Amino acid sequence: MSEHETVIGLEVHAQLATRGKMFCGCPTVFGAPPNSQTCPICLGMPGVLPVINRRAVEFAVRSALALGLRVNPACRFARKHYYYPDMPKNFQISQYEEPLAEDGALEIEVSGTSRRVGIQRLHLEEDVGKLVHEGAFAAAQASLVDYNRSGVPLMETVSRPELRSPEEAAAYLRAFRAVLVYLGVCDGNMEEGSLRCDANVSLRPRGGSELGTKVEIKNLNSFRNVQRALEYEVRRQSEELGAGRRIAQETRLFDADRGVTHSTRSKEYAHDYRYFPEPDLVPLELDPAWVESIRSALPELPRARRQRFVSQYGLPPYDAEILTQSRALAEYYEAAVRAHDNPKAISNWIMSELLRELGGDDEAAIGRAPIPPGHLAGLVRLIDEGTISGKIGKDVFARMLASGEDPATIVRREGLTQVADAGALEALVDHAIAANPKVVADFKAGKTAASRALVGQVMKASGGRANPGLVDRLVQEKLSRM
Amino acid sequence: MSEPILTIRKLSAAFTRGAASPVAVTEDYLARIGALDSKVGAYLTVMRDEALAAAKAAEARYRAGTPRSPVDGAPLAIKDVFCTRGVRTTCGSKILETFVPPYDATIVERLRAAGAIILGKTNMDEFAMGSSTEHSAFQLTRNPWDLTRVPGGSSGGSAAAVAGGLAAGAFGTDTGGSVRQPAAFCGVVGLKPTYGRVSRYGLIAFASSLDHVAPLALDVVDSALLLAATAGHDPLDATSVPAPVPDYVAGLAGDVKGLKVGVPDEYFGAGLDPEIERAVRAAIDVLRDLGAAIERVSLPTTEYGVATYYIVAPAEASSNLARYDGVKYGLRVAGGKDLVDMVSRTRAAGFGAEVKRRIMLGTYALSTGYYDAYYGQAQKVRTLVRREFEAAFARVDLLAAPTTPGVAFRHGEKADPLAMYMNDVYTIPASMTGLPAISIPCGFNASGLPIGLQLIGRALDEPTLLRAAHAYEQATPWRERRPELT
Repeated sequence: MSEHETVIGLEVHAQLATRGKMFCGCPTVFGAPPNSQTCPICLGMPGVLPVINRRAVEFAVRSALALGLRVNPACRFARKHYYYPDMPKNFQISQYEEPLAEDGALEIEVSGTSRRVGIQRLHLEEDVGKLVHEGAFAAAQASLVDYNRSGVPLMETVSRPELRSPEEAAAYLRAFRAVLVYLGVCDGNMEEGSLRCDANVSLRPRGGSELGTKVEIKNLNSFRNVQRALEYEVRRQSEELGAGRRIAQETRLFDADRGVTHSTRSKEYAHDYRYFPEPDLVPLELDPAWVESIRSALPELPRARRQRFVSQYGLPPYDAEILTQSRALAEYYEAAVRAHDNPKAISNWIMSELLRELGGDDEAAIGRAPIPPGHLAGLVRLIDEGTISGKIGKDVFARMLASGEDPATIVRREGLTQVADAGALEALVDHAIAANPKVVADFKAGKTAASRALVGQVMKASGGRANPGLVDRLVQEKLSRM
Repeated sequence: MSEPILTIRKLSAAFTRGAASPVAVTEDYLARIGALDSKVGAYLTVMRDEALAAAKAAEARYRAGTPRSPVDGAPLAIKDVFCTRGVRTTCGSKILETFVPPYDATIVERLRAAGAIILGKTNMDEFAMGSSTEHSAFQLTRNPWDLTRVPGGSSGGSAAAVAGGLAAGAFGTDTGGSVRQPAAFCGVVGLKPTYGRVSRYGLIAFASSLDHVAPLALDVVDSALLLAATAGHDPLDATSVPAPVPDYVAGLAGDVKGLKVGVPDEYFGAGLDPEIERAVRAAIDVLRDLGAAIERVSLPTTEYGVATYYIVAPAEASSNLARYDGVKYGLRVAGGKDLVDMVSRTRAAGFGAEVKRRIMLGTYALSTGYYDAYYGQAQKVRTLVRREFEAAFARVDLLAAPTTPGVAFRHGEKADPLAMYMNDVYTIPASMTGLPAISIPCGFNASGLPIGLQLIGRALDEPTLLRAAHAYEQATPWRERRPELT
């Protein structure tokens, strides 16, 4: 066991899924042609003024309430200054001394134990644009700026330095993302930058209360990279301390290809942002009745839903966990269960078949699913009622995926109904017995399991359509009468 | 050019009667500008074609008997701090010398919608920082009363245009007195409305919490007309107030009987030109004769006004002006070795000395370790000033005081920045409190230079302010005297 304890805090920036930007009405669609989603306001042209997007405030309040933060009755925007061409005004409108909400917590689960991680604050700010360099950064002869992202609403949430391992950090981010996606305030897409994470990490003597020198790691764009970067960084700091060296306060970038962090050699810590209250905006006062109406409209959150799935549907915790990871999937599941009451079977079909085909569980992936929940429920019903076998069910599922048709139509058209007619099956059973004297002899010699080979033969001969229970009964009866 | 200079009200009446035509009047103004502006230097850009096209449209409306407003057809000058779609907007700075905004400021849009004709864009101190218009990067503006003197500033071009008969009315901005002071220097009426009464959208920011859109006019009625054409909530300006806009012109009709007018001791202290003191005290006597009750009041924080203002305004300016970096629009000095070099070279070449001075002052005031002592402290003082005015307005309806401690000075006379800053001592408090204030002519000194009387009112109480100013104006002959420009 290391003599050091790991201390991690995460700053998460979430792009809010509003239609307009934070301070103007420009659209926020990802991937639009450069600078096509801009106006004088988000370009920071002379004389323009910001106007707060009410929807962004609503999303932030919703998030704050869901995470148990105290929503301040009044908050203020502030200007944060530094020069960089991706930021058209050379200041960012953010919040500083008076954030929108403070003091909450997020429940995380690691190796079966759950624990609350404090959230210090949540505030709103505007995103910056994007620089595109001609060729490699160092050799680029020119750089271009795309301001489409400039002014997109961002919600920054700062955790307390209460995470004790890279694994916990990844769990925090996963739980955080699930909450935001559930609330419908962020699409949670890390590849597209909708959710970005910076980590502050330091080591201190085990049991100590003072924090060690912290290093900020930027550019963590996936759950896996958060964990990998932190694992690398904890190891690096531990080695440095072990060798009697001091940790420099700095900003490091994670190189996902090489799996290492490296110093940006930036003097970020020396920045003086010269924050002061944004004079173009009056303090934002939130009507308590409005905040309450947002609170009362909060959806059920992943944790509560997971517990309900276990108690209401009798699902194993593992199933409940997977099915509640995304709100869209949980709703898909519940819609299917409402249509046909076999919670475990439906869960099995979703987890082993559907998710594999969809390649994701977010709203977009579920929205693209060619099989609506009612059809999946119908498939399970056909199996439960004995109309088709489980094996045929898989074929039907494949056809449903391809055509989007409902299972009953497919079964009817393709003639896949189980053969449950004893008369029709008897001939097949007789044929199997006649063709396999050795199996019959084994059975008579006391190897009762040998009957299974005959059942298999009959199933095969029926093209999988025979009702396996009925075939088994017929085989047993005939053998015992011989 | 032989025509006497008419007020907007009289022009509009003449247009309605058919006694004058918007096109002919606009041509007249353009001709006067062509003949005289080389002496005055009021305009940076003359919008001849746009003005004539707008005049034709106005003329058609009057012929059809459908003028859009009382300012329809009125030829106006606009300070070059307001963005005008498709027309170069320099803010008096090299850094925006080539800037052509793709949008109109809200007041420009409202004036166009009201039918007003925009003759052109007027000279100003760079980024509205100054009290003489000498800090313009482009040209000097001369006071029509005495061409060796400044018109005041920063809205000196607009004030000189109105005084010199080069526009029927004008718009400027008043951040620490930048409309009231040039109005006093040029013998015209300058009205700074309540903060938030007129939208700032499209006004190139100097100090956001202090910038006010303010009209300059030949008389009080015209001031009311110009305010009426532009006042009212704007969804594009979060600091604009949603309160309904009263009928400012109708409000002028009453008298001042029973009105309580406070005279603050601190506005008559050391540094006040005795000739100005005499004229202002005489003006207060006129108000008394008209039935107002005059009362002494004390505003002890007045002495901290200039110091406080010169923390807050530069702090906000240092932030507002950060966007001028050569990346997106305006001047770019290329050839630097990297980005930082490009930005530094651009700003070094693009900004004048006074702007640089204020950016440095403001950057310092907001820096870690100094913020509390400077910006934080200044905000506290600002609150005290506001409370002091609230207390005074619990007792009186208006305050009467001089607009400036001196009359228009000569070009180059105030080379020391501090001497220049002290010019704003009486105008700064109403800027910091956002209270409405007006400067109206109240006489001339022995050399024939105009003197301004300042009235300050309660928040959003422009009607009382305008009524008192109008009553005083009607009782005195000052507006009849105009400078001789040939």
